[in-house]
Amino acid sequence: MSEPILEISNLRRLFDVSKPWLERVITREPRQLLTAVDEVSFSINKGETFALVGESGSGKSTVAKMVVGLLQPSGGTVRFAGVPEGERPRPGMVQMIFQDPYASLNPRWRVADIIAEPMIVTGARADAASRANRVAELLTLVGLSPRDGDKYPHQFSGGQRQRIAIARALSSEPEFIVCDEPTSALDVSVQAQILNLMRELQERLGLTTLFISHNLAVVRHMAHRIGVMYLGRLVEVQESDALFLAPKHPYTRLLIDAVPNLAEIGRDRVPVQGEVPSPINPPAGCTFHPRCPVAMPICSRERPVFREDAACHALTPQASAAE
Amino acid sequence: MAGKTVLEVSGLTLDFATRRGTLRALDGVSFSIARGEVLGVVGESGAGKSLTGTAIIGLVERPGRITGGEIRLNGQRIDNLPPKEMRAIRGRKIGMIFQDPLTSLNPVFRIGDQLIETLQEHLPLSKSEARQRAIELLTEVGIPAPEKRIDGYPHEFSGGMRQRVVIALALAAGPDLIVADEPTTALDVSVQAQIITLLKRLCRTRGTSVMLITHDMGVIAETADRVAVMYAGRIVEIGPVAEVIRHPRHPYARGLMGAIPALDTRVKRLTQISGSMPRLDAIPKGCAFQPRCMIAIPRCATDRPELVQAGASRAACWLAGLEAEVTA
Repeated sequence: MSEPILEISNLRRLFDVSKPWLERVITREPRQLLTAVDEVSFSINKGETFALVGESGSGKSTVAKMVVGLLQPSGGTVRFAGVPEGERPRPGMVQMIFQDPYASLNPRWRVADIIAEPMIVTGARADAASRANRVAELLTLVGLSPRDGDKYPHQFSGGQRQRIAIARALSSEPEFIVCDEPTSALDVSVQAQILNLMRELQERLGLTTLFISHNLAVVRHMAHRIGVMYLGRLVEVQESDALFLAPKHPYTRLLIDAVPNLAEIGRDRVPVQGEVPSPINPPAGCTFHPRCPVAMPICSRERPVFREDAACHALTPQASAAE
Repeated sequence: MAGKTVLEVSGLTLDFATRRGTLRALDGVSFSIARGEVLGVVGESGAGKSLTGTAIIGLVERPGRITGGEIRLNGQRIDNLPPKEMRAIRGRKIGMIFQDPLTSLNPVFRIGDQLIETLQEHLPLSKSEARQRAIELLTEVGIPAPEKRIDGYPHEFSGGMRQRVVIALALAAGPDLIVADEPTTALDVSVQAQIITLLKRLCRTRGTSVMLITHDMGVIAETADRVAVMYAGRIVEIGPVAEVIRHPRHPYARGLMGAIPALDTRVKRLTQISGSMPRLDAIPKGCAFQPRCMIAIPRCATDRPELVQAGASRAACWLAGLEAEVTA
């Protein structure tokens, strides 16, 4: 169980958000770089669902894109077990499920062709008959009928399309699946269907999953371990239960506390002030310090080191003692 | 709380005329909102919750048309007013907050000018009085340094700050009712908490009623006094928020509550409602939820249930009615 299948170390990604060259020359502005992902390291064990949560601009989707290879890292490494350093895993070993099932399925293709494509690309099943069999199998697996293969995506509802996207992701027999907000575009009752299906498949097929979401409750339901991101940095990584029972980083606490909860009817709260700052000009030191309720002078000077399971000055005894 | 009724909607029916015939998007929607009350309206996409809000503020677009029922504001019927008279009510008596603050603010005008325009449209104020009032409003909604920020453009504000400006605009003329359609959906959770708290506080101190339309049951739980659950153009359950969340009577409401993953407990499986909401052109006869319902009886397929008292709530289900009769 505990052998890591994916290891990410010091992953960085910069985006050039400079104005056009001529404008820069005229206004004498320097180039502007946005650090979307900043020194992120974690590993995912075989059979595990690891989730990344964070608010918009935290860099969680950028990490996902680098893991599947849709974006090149600016620094650091993404390593899969058994794959030599610097190489990508075999085609089809890593698959992705996207947020919007209306955009991720080609509207001109029949569902059976959509699902069969990864098998053709990877050459896993060369003859058409065995591919057709496998497509029928996959459709049944995700709760659709084999006959649905002849239809086009527009004939399905959002939830059914997400089932098709799952079937396609499974068709190349991947070892690792990246889900980027897979239920954010769906209604709650349909979300429940998809989450149930994904958990069932994950357990049955022993899949390893990187799950990206902004919804803490969904993450809590799906993940074994959770990483919390803020402004491109990983601030805390813990087992799911531990994270919700005893969050260590003040940002995690804020995030959990901010989620409106069904159990607390009519709650009056004191919300945290401020919003996520712009990633172009992040605050110095710990990027969370302007909003942090327990910030110390050191927090605005030095970047906290990730120790054990969180990156926070208040958690390191030396720093607290020195203040 | 149980003061006088501000808004009374009865039997509201809204049709869309299409080439393939008439689609009924709202079917006999009735509810009321008392002074100072927050009514939450939940439902999945296509349930008709936003359309109900649009009908109340008189902004239903063609080919949609109100074909039945009444909307009364403070006793005055407003659903059949000529556009000019409705314009005087919109903004003055009913304020609006939409999901995306970027689309409800005009990007080429300073926010101060937008506030001053709204204030002068509805209230007899001079330009300088209106500006003073606008600054007070911005202070009230928690915009730092309002004297300076009043001359800023919408793009100079962050998402949460923009939504605060929209709230200031909605409250500008001191309306009796605010229709808030997904006011926090475009915002991050930490900012969402700020906006909910602000909206709650302002409406409580001013005694403004709110119709809060959202798909997020958590937001409703924290904000609303009563909640209406909509499904396929009808209200299937309406009642006090604690009652609907803890003891939902309608099977759809029950399924919906079970389908929401919780933060404090982890269940093996979420309750799931099979299938999805019917399209407007294929709403089943009888109870619209019947094909997805686990406890449907033959009568559900033929007769349409009306809202009946079930505990402290009212639910549109044949079985909820029976249960109530038995316990009574």
